[in-house]
Amino acid sequence: MKTKPTREGWIEGLLEAAGRNDRIVLLDADVSRSIGGERFADRFPARHFNVGVSEQEMISEAAGLALAGFVPFVQSYAVFCAGRAWEQIRTSVCHMGLGVKIGGAHAGLSAGPDGATHQALEDVAVMRVLPGMTVLVPADSNQTRAAAITAAETEGPFYVRFGRNPVPEIYPEGCRVVPGGADVLREGSDVLLAAAGAMVGVCLDAASMLQASGISAAVVNAYSIKPLASDLLVELASRCGCAVAAMDHQEAGGLFGAVSELMARRCPVPVEPVGVPDSFGESGSPEEVFARFGLTAEGVASAAVRVVSRASR
Amino acid sequence: MEIPDLPNLAARIRLDVLEMIHAAGSGHPGGSLSAVEILVQLFFREMKAGADRDRFILSKGHAAPALYAVMAARGMLPRSELSSLRRLGSRLQGHPDMHRLPGLDSSTGSLGQGFAAAVGLARGLRLSGSSARVYCLLGDGELQEGAVWEAAAGAAHAGLGNIVAIVDCNGVQLDGPVDSIKRQKPASERWLAWGWHALDLDGHSFESLEEAFREARAVSMPVALCARTVKGRGVSFMEGSCAWHGRCPDASELERARGEIGANP
Repeated sequence: MKTKPTREGWIEGLLEAAGRNDRIVLLDADVSRSIGGERFADRFPARHFNVGVSEQEMISEAAGLALAGFVPFVQSYAVFCAGRAWEQIRTSVCHMGLGVKIGGAHAGLSAGPDGATHQALEDVAVMRVLPGMTVLVPADSNQTRAAAITAAETEGPFYVRFGRNPVPEIYPEGCRVVPGGADVLREGSDVLLAAAGAMVGVCLDAASMLQASGISAAVVNAYSIKPLASDLLVELASRCGCAVAAMDHQEAGGLFGAVSELMARRCPVPVEPVGVPDSFGESGSPEEVFARFGLTAEGVASAAVRVVSRASR
Repeated sequence: MEIPDLPNLAARIRLDVLEMIHAAGSGHPGGSLSAVEILVQLFFREMKAGADRDRFILSKGHAAPALYAVMAARGMLPRSELSSLRRLGSRLQGHPDMHRLPGLDSSTGSLGQGFAAAVGLARGLRLSGSSARVYCLLGDGELQEGAVWEAAAGAAHAGLGNIVAIVDCNGVQLDGPVDSIKRQKPASERWLAWGWHALDLDGHSFESLEEAFREARAVSMPVALCARTVKGRGVSFMEGSCAWHGRCPDASELERARGEIGANP
């Protein structure tokens, strides 16, 4: 299967949107080369600002640019934009209701060798508690491209999370995403596998493994963490009677948190996490670090077997 | 617009500030009173109105009572509304909220953020080809926020000649004198070192403010006006006191202050 880093989809979507809308500007904080901002700078030099190693300034200035009528995109490693500048995002962006579009790059365990300081395992948790914020975690490069375009064309603040490393292409070019959307990638009746980001492909593999042992798993790409595709997830979870929520993020506050909150309110079925328990990551290749935390097809399949057993007790 | 008797207007604003805070039961008198002349000069003499109007961001958002009182004096909101400060449902939130009160160019209150947003606004206005200027009022305690200096470096690097930062150097923050907490002197030299044009002035003198803003307009780089002021200015028992950073005057304190300020309504 063809693979491509999701960050490439991000910058391609941004370039496409900026070609159509000359109010789109991009702010970088000295990591434009690793995210792809230099491609934007080459094409739209007057609309690109590199503020240096200054994420708090970047977010606040983006708020100011939005006040001046622009559609500012900002990007950095997810730890630094979503984490370090969180209060700027909370107060200057979300409370003012400004349409700042934040790209959280190298997110989750994709920053593997860089280790714990660079592995954002909390970014979705802290972004999704912000009133008015839309949080998208696309599954592949084409979907990330679509997420950037949707962010550009939709009012309000957006956080789009994407990774550093090549992931399998699941979606065709020209696919679309909508806030509150999710895609059923595989039908099933025994367990719902809800996944986001790099775990979508892993869950598809897990569903094939489960089928061999007689368990029918539905796979949903829940790329819109906020707003969540609540009706769809409730319908599938109630039909299956149990669910797994998989994401390369801390269990708390990530997709597991979002799905569990939903099920507690509307469909009290057991939900099993596949994610990072209350801990930091560590250095290693992305494959090694994913395996270290059980973020593998085998790990998902085990979680599915556990939750099916809990549901039938 | 007819220019009123500015010193008398400043006195009336001071009274409004104390009456608002007294009615609300909480608020920040010290840093509101120190900023009165700066705000009056900005709103009555300095800032350009009209299509390409100048913008103002109160980065020291806790001085909101002074801003609201000046806006009321300028006809931007009914003066009778001042008594609603900090009440549930009021347009006059404890710290400025642009979505509630039209006429505000930004919501503020978390220190350092308003200034960095002002730099972004100046960047955006310049990119739009606008001739509007951005004025931003900060406190000297606020300079302790590192993000202020990130944005100061950003504005200097970009050569933004359309932003003026005014630092209300009243020398006192919540916990005590700024010099005793984390010194920010010499303020103007710090801004100079960051690549800004900077000057010192008397922040309670309209002549001094007039001259400083004139100089700021003549310079084609970002300008910082470091205005020497007195926290709690105009009320003897509040002047220079950190106790009055965020304390509400009771009825007898309000009466004493009224006698000292002595404005003609």
